[in-house]
Amino acid sequence: MAINFDSYLGGLDDALILRSRRSEILASNIANSDTPGYKAKDIDFKDAMSKAMGTRTEFKKDSLKMTTTNNSHIQMSQNTLSTDIMYRNPYQPSLDGNTVDAGIEKTEFSKNSIHYTANLRFLTGKFQSLTKAIKGQ
Amino acid sequence: MGLFSTFDISGSAMTAQTVRMNLVASNLANVNSAASSVEGTYKSRQAVFKTIVNEFSNDPSVAKVAVDRIIESEEPLKAQYQPHHPNANEDGYVYMPNVNPIETMANMIDASRSYQTNVEVLNTTKQLLMRTINLGKS
Repeated sequence: MAINFDSYLGGLDDALILRSRRSEILASNIANSDTPGYKAKDIDFKDAMSKAMGTRTEFKKDSLKMTTTNNSHIQMSQNTLSTDIMYRNPYQPSLDGNTVDAGIEKTEFSKNSIHYTANLRFLTGKFQSLTKAIKGQ
Repeated sequence: MGLFSTFDISGSAMTAQTVRMNLVASNLANVNSAASSVEGTYKSRQAVFKTIVNEFSNDPSVAKVAVDRIIESEEPLKAQYQPHHPNANEDGYVYMPNVNPIETMANMIDASRSYQTNVEVLNTTKQLLMRTINLGKS
């Protein structure tokens, strides 16, 4: 039985990419906390993740496959991880039109980092189990 | 790409906040720079920031920051009657800069807090990247 990394990792790899993308957006918000007219942005992680999982299942019946001439050829995953960037609803917009709330952005950034680290732990666990299976010890 | 551009984003914010800090220092240093004319007197300076989005990738999630321009305060200058001042004009007046020390100190604290926050973001990102490099190791 061939191991398909895509199904073995169960979306953890996509989650990692989305988390790093979200950290980028939150860092932009924090960096622009003093820029007049800047609007705080964010992505809906749940929505983006379900989209990523959706493209994964859709892909199986999709016609956009790579040509395989041998049974042991590996199919490339080609989900693009589209993320809709949305604007945050401000509690207290400032007079210069800036909607960054430093408290929200900082807490969201910390939460996102913790999730990213947890994600890495899970991935490490997955790879360790594989290594164990290969070694048979 | 991913976490690496966070370095650029936070780095740009640190540069911008440094400019702001320098302006605070200039304003405070010149708080007593009296001059004989309105034009020749130092005026309080402020930095105006703007968002920079990469023109090639046009990715709205990577929003760096830069100093757009530096503006001089329009507030009226204080004229003081000091006939013995070496810079006094023929009527005996000198003009003092319109720097408000309290406002400037508040500005300084804000700039330093923003700088600190960006350093923290940078440190966290660095840790995440180091852990990502070690992915798969125990």
